[in-house]
Amino acid sequence: MNQLLLVLFSFIMPFTPSTELGDPYTIGDKVEDFNLKSVDGNMYSLASAKDVKGYIVVFTCNHCPYAVMYEDRMNELNAFAKKNNFALYAINPNDPNKVPEDGYAEMQVRAKEKGFEFPYLMDEGQKVYPKWGATKTPHAYVLDADMVIQYIGSIDDSPRDAAAVTVNYVEAAAGSILHGEKPAITKTKAIGCSIKTMK
Amino acid sequence: MRTFLISIFFISSLSIQAQWTEVKSYAKYDDLAKEYKDRDDGYTYVVNYWATWCGPCVKELPYFEQLLKSYNTDKIRVILVSLDFPKKIDSKLIPFLNKHNIQSEVVVLDDPKSNIWIDKVDPSWEGAIPVTIIYKGKTRVFWDGEFDDYSDLNKLFLTIHNSNTKN
Repeated sequence: MNQLLLVLFSFIMPFTPSTELGDPYTIGDKVEDFNLKSVDGNMYSLASAKDVKGYIVVFTCNHCPYAVMYEDRMNELNAFAKKNNFALYAINPNDPNKVPEDGYAEMQVRAKEKGFEFPYLMDEGQKVYPKWGATKTPHAYVLDADMVIQYIGSIDDSPRDAAAVTVNYVEAAAGSILHGEKPAITKTKAIGCSIKTMK
Repeated sequence: MRTFLISIFFISSLSIQAQWTEVKSYAKYDDLAKEYKDRDDGYTYVVNYWATWCGPCVKELPYFEQLLKSYNTDKIRVILVSLDFPKKIDSKLIPFLNKHNIQSEVVVLDDPKSNIWIDKVDPSWEGAIPVTIIYKGKTRVFWDGEFDDYSDLNKLFLTIHNSNTKN
């Protein structure tokens, strides 16, 4: 009986949003464009960035300590993106009803404090992050010019200490795309905060 | 006499407060794994990854404490693996453990190579906390996310705890 239960568990356990929405994106999938409101009040989609070599999308937020540790690095990443003709987007996937610190007004304050020069978008209604299969903040994606995902995971290999970074996975993946190649590393993992939803 | 009274007072105050004064910290996941992963010693291991900065983690901690209390005569070990930052161990983690009178075993993991060790905990884990592993011998379950209530944890625990571990 217990073994039966365990077998059942093995089917039930990995519950992802996939049953309702189709499988979340993985490497090689072309994404459906989003249209989300940024802290500047304007709506942004991937298509609103014209003639770019690719896209960097980072699911992140205000409240998570790991997201906070990457705030300055997000600005550096944006400088890299601009220089290399990539478009960087940050998307807050959390429900502000669950985490008030991740509300729209709070995002505006943080973006101003940190001088974000990239769109910091609110996933209003939490419709985007499940399609992407984002599970935490920060969770980074690198897409080529055709909006096909080429990298999913951590921004770099040292979340806790920016000075100790030896590989910036996102920049490496973008670099490969610029050279018309597939990234050598396509998936990585790091600790982060779960995405907060009302149950 | 006064010295005697003062020392009595001092000793008794020590025993009342500050049960936690330090927490063992592991710089490498593999060293932690040697202690707490895949131990086949008849005990049921409940290993939870958490941090004081993680809201859902803190919310479910009482369930683990209750589990330990409910089965304290059984062969059970509850290990709370804290991912708190090294700078916050003394200022945040230890005061938290004392404030909530935590009875479970608590250790800190500070291994920067998360891209390697997360997979070793469980290949299906993406890295969001909390997660919990419950195992006895070779019978094992990985729970991704928090428990909604004590009953959910207890049910899952019993499926492992009551299992026959003979292969």
